[in-house]
Amino acid sequence: MFGRLKQMLIKEFIQVFRDKRTRFILVGPPIIQMLVFGYAATYEIRNVPTVVLDMDNSQESRELISLFTASPYFHVDRQLTNSKQLGDLIEKGDATVGLEIDAGFARKLRGGQTAPLQVIVDSTNSNTALIASGYITQIAIGYAQIYQKDRIGRIAPQLTETVPSVQLQARPWYNPGLKSRWFFVPGVIGSLTLVLVVTLTAFAVVREREIGTLEQMMVTPIRPAEFILGKTIPFFLIGLFDVSLIAVVGTVWFQVPFRGHVSVLLTGSILFILCMLGVGLLISTVSSTQQQAMVTAFFFIMPAVAFSGFGFPIATMPQWMQYLTYLVPLRYFLVVLRGTYLKGAGMDILWPEMAAMAGLAFSLLTISILRFHKALD
Amino acid sequence: MNFNRMMAVARKEIIQIVRDSRSLAIVVLMPVTLMLLFGYGVNLDLKGLPVYVLDRDGSQQSQDLLKHFQASSYFHIVRAVNDYGSITHALDDGSAKLAIVIPWNFSQRLSEGGTVEVQALVDATDDNTANVLIGYTQAVVQGYSAEVQTRWLSRHGQQIQPSPVGVETRTWYNENLESSAFIIPGVLALVMSVIGAFLTSLTIAREWERGTMEQLISTPVSAMEIMLGKLTPYFALGMFDVVLCALIAMDWFHVPFRGSFITLLISSALFLVVVLSLGFFISVLAKTQFAASQIALLVTFLPAFLLSGFLFSIEQMPAALQWITRILPARYYVSVLKKIFLKGTSTAMLSADLIPLAVFALVLAVLATRAFHKRLT
Repeated sequence: MFGRLKQMLIKEFIQVFRDKRTRFILVGPPIIQMLVFGYAATYEIRNVPTVVLDMDNSQESRELISLFTASPYFHVDRQLTNSKQLGDLIEKGDATVGLEIDAGFARKLRGGQTAPLQVIVDSTNSNTALIASGYITQIAIGYAQIYQKDRIGRIAPQLTETVPSVQLQARPWYNPGLKSRWFFVPGVIGSLTLVLVVTLTAFAVVREREIGTLEQMMVTPIRPAEFILGKTIPFFLIGLFDVSLIAVVGTVWFQVPFRGHVSVLLTGSILFILCMLGVGLLISTVSSTQQQAMVTAFFFIMPAVAFSGFGFPIATMPQWMQYLTYLVPLRYFLVVLRGTYLKGAGMDILWPEMAAMAGLAFSLLTISILRFHKALD
Repeated sequence: MNFNRMMAVARKEIIQIVRDSRSLAIVVLMPVTLMLLFGYGVNLDLKGLPVYVLDRDGSQQSQDLLKHFQASSYFHIVRAVNDYGSITHALDDGSAKLAIVIPWNFSQRLSEGGTVEVQALVDATDDNTANVLIGYTQAVVQGYSAEVQTRWLSRHGQQIQPSPVGVETRTWYNENLESSAFIIPGVLALVMSVIGAFLTSLTIAREWERGTMEQLISTPVSAMEIMLGKLTPYFALGMFDVVLCALIAMDWFHVPFRGSFITLLISSALFLVVVLSLGFFISVLAKTQFAASQIALLVTFLPAFLLSGFLFSIEQMPAALQWITRILPARYYVSVLKKIFLKGTSTAMLSADLIPLAVFALVLAVLATRAFHKRLT
């Protein structure tokens, strides 16, 4: 048995590494994608193009605007003279935020009324709009607090020291700089492994069927179990190699901290790759041409990545979609990846995810091997 | 160039597409799947996030502050705990995204006067969620603080306006900050990329791989006729998908459509020419279907997903990457889509995007033709 398996493995490795392009595909695209993701995927906002229309032009209004100028989140590059300009700039996309202070701002403030700060946000990108609005509110409230304190100091100086206030001290754990990169880089390791292992496995089997070499294999003394092992072991190893490669590139290049144990990540990776081998084999049993395999793989990959929490939080999905996410192996692997990278979590915390992946791997592999036997008969 | 011969090639291609039911399914199912996935799955607006509280004071005032959190729809207080360890554990295993810690001297400090700090521990693994969450927490605490101040001052005989500055935000183009309105127009670009480059490069690579391309070339059909004949059916399918996607966007997800439908069709036709040419080009260069599909994903789907402004705003990327996006056709197409759907920008104002798109279409079509000729000779 081991002799035959060994021969089959030698054949598979030769097939994979013979073609220059395939060799490149195992290394090139994963690294390119890791780099592009690391640089491009960001929800952070900095220097949002902002225009200001100050019709009051008082000391108060200028003070408020200076807080926006000083903020790293906004780039105030223009003072306008009428509201038509403001509308035009936002419409053209030259500005994302427009701040408008009407005449009478300072008068209202001094008179103890609520003075309005009008804000126009281009919400074509709803996420940028949401976060920018949050920062605008924080700046306005900050200004109001300073103003309030000054005011109390003027009307009742004896009270300034004792007036109570509650301050929030926010401590972002695990990712104190709130860097998108720290969130995406571990996730990219998972999604790239998924795409690579599933497509490689599905293609390798279907190609033999399409070209007709599968029948040739079947007339040799090789047994189905040896054939399946011979097909999966190389991709298991390649998958493991690619996980390590992408992980090292991502960690070293983007300086994402790795706080957990390599052994925990390795266990998670092995379980996840087993799941993906199962999926790849399953796809190969329902496809007779490579094009069909690719199309089927694509239909699996898109939802598997979208439902995993890779880029979008699962908690905000509709309930029926949240139930579906439990069937997605990547969901669990992402918890393991982010847990080991950022939280330094160990097996005591991650065992439910590991158990879920082990269960999924077992079912997927069993189903695909049973179906595979049938497909061979 | 003979029109009848070209149509004969097109007819053969159509028969092949119709016979392969899975390819046909991808044309209809893929746009629907992608639309549903992104329409429902991507929601960056957070509601009801799990919160733990550690109230070390246990007083009337501290309970009062917590009531403010309960009243907000953004937070869902799942548990009140007595020790710091439970909080650490809850953040580690993800059962809480936020923990609020009220110090033991909270009420005492408030009655004595002066500042008291409330801690918010945030799971910042997902920086975007953390960012939005901190903003909401800040708003609740500052609102409470202002209330306390006003009450305290009125007890000391001073009347003061609780909120001196009121922020009045108007969100343009996507008034309710719907994630779906932000995401869905861009999905068209993903669909076009898949239909145009991915599917096309696969079908043509298959003819090379199987040797049927040589048979086709040995007939009197010219290279130009082969190319146009093969691409026309995919062009028609792509245009069908544009209409299908637009209908789903408007009727199912109620994404506003404010621009001109004709411009949508024109820009989509231009982008289709771009991706079809790219797909053809790739299939000429790549020898195998596997290589063709991977390269097609890398040069069309990935840029359309990551670098087009579809999800991540281009202006937040590093300068070098921003420059690279300028040579990516998907960027211009996504920009047109968002403007047509949400902003209702006039066709004349879209010329800054439409002209580069047209140039890309022309250049890539010429390049693809050249490469095909070269491979034939």
